[in-house]
Amino acid sequence: MNSLFPSVVSRSQSSGLMNFFVPIISIVLTLITGSIIFILLGFDPVYALYTFFISPISSTYGISELFVKATPLALIAIGLSYCFKNNIYNIGAEGQLTMGAIFGGGIGILFHDTNAFWLLPLMIFAGAIGGALWGLIPAILKTKFNTNEILTSLMLVYVALFILDYLVVGPWKDPFGYSFPKSRPFSESGRMPLLFDGLRVHFGLIITLFLIFVSWFIFSKTIFGFQLKVSGYSSKAARYAGFNQTTLVFFAFAICGAFAGIAGLAEVSGPIGLLYRDISPNYGFTAIIVAFLGRLHPIGIIFASLVIALTYLGAEDAQLFLQIPSAVGFIFQGLVLFYLLGAELLINYKLTYKKLL
Amino acid sequence: MSDTILNIENITKSFPRVVANKKVTFDIKKNAVHAILGENGAGKSTLVKILYGLLEPDQGNIKLNNKDFKVSSPAEARKQGIGMVFQHFSLFDSLSVKENLILGIDEKMSYSDLEDKLENISSRYNLPLDLDAPITALSAGEKQRVEIVRILLQDPQILIMDEPTSVLTPQEVESLFVTLNALVKEGRTILYITHKLEEVISICDTVTIMRSGEIVDTSSTSNQTAKTLATKMLGQKLEDLKTNYGHIKDEVNFEVKNISCEFNDPFLTDLKNISFQVRVGEIYGIAGVAGNGQSELMDILTGENINIKSGSITFDNKKIEKYGPQKRRDLSISFVPENRLGHSAVPELSLSENILLSQFPKNNFIKNGIILKNNVDDFANNVINEFKVITPGNDAKASSLSGGNLQKYVIGREISSKPKILIISHPTWGIDAGAEHSIRESLIELSQNGTSIIVISQDLDELIEITHKISVIYDGKLSKPFRTNEVEIEKLGLLMGGKNE
Repeated sequence: MNSLFPSVVSRSQSSGLMNFFVPIISIVLTLITGSIIFILLGFDPVYALYTFFISPISSTYGISELFVKATPLALIAIGLSYCFKNNIYNIGAEGQLTMGAIFGGGIGILFHDTNAFWLLPLMIFAGAIGGALWGLIPAILKTKFNTNEILTSLMLVYVALFILDYLVVGPWKDPFGYSFPKSRPFSESGRMPLLFDGLRVHFGLIITLFLIFVSWFIFSKTIFGFQLKVSGYSSKAARYAGFNQTTLVFFAFAICGAFAGIAGLAEVSGPIGLLYRDISPNYGFTAIIVAFLGRLHPIGIIFASLVIALTYLGAEDAQLFLQIPSAVGFIFQGLVLFYLLGAELLINYKLTYKKLL
Repeated sequence: MSDTILNIENITKSFPRVVANKKVTFDIKKNAVHAILGENGAGKSTLVKILYGLLEPDQGNIKLNNKDFKVSSPAEARKQGIGMVFQHFSLFDSLSVKENLILGIDEKMSYSDLEDKLENISSRYNLPLDLDAPITALSAGEKQRVEIVRILLQDPQILIMDEPTSVLTPQEVESLFVTLNALVKEGRTILYITHKLEEVISICDTVTIMRSGEIVDTSSTSNQTAKTLATKMLGQKLEDLKTNYGHIKDEVNFEVKNISCEFNDPFLTDLKNISFQVRVGEIYGIAGVAGNGQSELMDILTGENINIKSGSITFDNKKIEKYGPQKRRDLSISFVPENRLGHSAVPELSLSENILLSQFPKNNFIKNGIILKNNVDDFANNVINEFKVITPGNDAKASSLSGGNLQKYVIGREISSKPKILIISHPTWGIDAGAEHSIRESLIELSQNGTSIIVISQDLDELIEITHKISVIYDGKLSKPFRTNEVEIEKLGLLMGGKNE
């Protein structure tokens, strides 16, 4: 007789091909599970999936919106890759994004009646600095006091959100805003230029693609990328090689924070145009899914960001046309992550049923 | 009347590439302390794992009290009356002693019953315990006491102790021996696994000596001396040596002076006042049984640990004890630690990428932070060709190579950078005979070309085959060096067993 519960046994060799297919399998399984959920809710699954995944991008405006959502996701995810490759679990990108928005947005508020070519670059720079500084806090705590970065980076998200809250209801409140919790609007030159007339897709997309390219170069061609990778695979080997792991932790957090900060600034200076409470629909957390779905690879992250951006749009359409709460988008994101982690486990391990005597 | 409790007959157990137990046959007498003595890899652990139900033998029978004994799990072994105390404890650090004991019991028992039983055991066997103390607060000796009490709660007839004194202070060893004597007086049998000669003579009644998976001898300890035991444990390994001393220069280029290091960790061995000198072209061997400070010493020689308490390392007239690994490589010091997978090489990376783990100034692998892939690939191909590494190419993952091939590749990587000194730990550990031979040959050739080499190894045969000088590390202390072609094997055996004269 075999035992009821399987035990997990390591596979000696994981298949490279399967590694490539994991994201695709996860997405297919997510769609199947999604259909089952729609059926249980009493909807025609074909119509529901169409509403969720096809109709949002069946117009030029829809496609532009897809890129608007994918931009911050991809930018944060590529930043997170610096951490994840190094086995650092930075969960606090949302906080780093918020800090970037505060620093960059602060410049925008300060120069709200200035129109000059240098304003936007200065805001982007300030956004990067804000995010990087916020990212360095867990890095310092980790290297000096050996704290767990998962906890500290996550907790700092809420600190950052409260700081933003305080600013927009307090010192940075728009004097002409009828006491709404929002700041003054930025001046025209403090806004991300739009790429096409009438569409919201903005210059942040170009910055993102550029930084993805730079990251690809760093990961595959430079000794720094190599050091991140080695340190992630085996800290013992990194020590043997003489790589300074403290420096690597600092760089990974600073780069990730800077990217998230730029993403935050691009949001407030792009589609939003001012600071207020809810600048991000959890982009910083969702980007974690994007990073893993894209296998921490630049090209993969581009595709993954589009897939996950679609769940945001689909959720809005589902709410509109099917009267389903938009939280269904989070369900789809959760399902993708669930299947991704499950498939990952099964690639490296197999289940066996032990014989009972 | 038969006073034998356990008959072990013809036990054979093989693993891929190695036969760990070959037709092992011996009896264990009731009411005695029976030692199993042997070097690392002699097959002691395999044998006790079979007895404790962790491994299944390929062949052979075991009889417990003249009845067939066959178990497939430790729980079953405990039920039949065999308990084991492992070298590494399996306790929950954050739980209290009492909670750990409750968790370890196979049958149900109330707290009050447990406390009664414990009091009884504690007083009878000299095992005082503070039941409410958390495990983290206990010393290694106290943790071991918890383990012993946990086993005694199940009232075993046979208690297996695996290297029980390796983590204990001398005082704790004394008190452990009192406990063991009390257990034997009660009619229990103890199977005592060790490599320490002194302990065999002082507390064991009978000793079984194993070498390369086979039983060399089983006899009473009363007419044995440390010397006779050492000879049997190591065998007559001295053959006529062809080691050539001619090329060694008088000049010392690597000197370790009075290195001491404390770790405050029972599973690490403190290093005590270690000194030695290596001359240009000399191969210096450090022998010893595992866990006597080898890996701790290796970390200090490579610069992976630079937190030493006192002492100095001098290389080419420079003090280097505070240098990290890369700074030492800049001086042409190269090293190969024991573990290939995840230390001297990263299994997930390609062979080419693994080259970059160990860069020397003249390698020219990197320019302005950018990897010059062609140079790295050329270097990798060179290593593959020159050291006859069997692999589909330099882009194969390190994990796809056999142990021997990967070791050849790693050592080849180091040798190809033409170091002035190579520091290597267990160069042929766990690899096939062919690779072993070619690695030893490369090391000898390297030394003849003027490179000094330090070899740390548990394999005495290996050290005797390739080194010019040899010293023994025991409990963090290094013996004085001997010329390998003059030293008596018994002498080394005694030193390895902790017996100085």
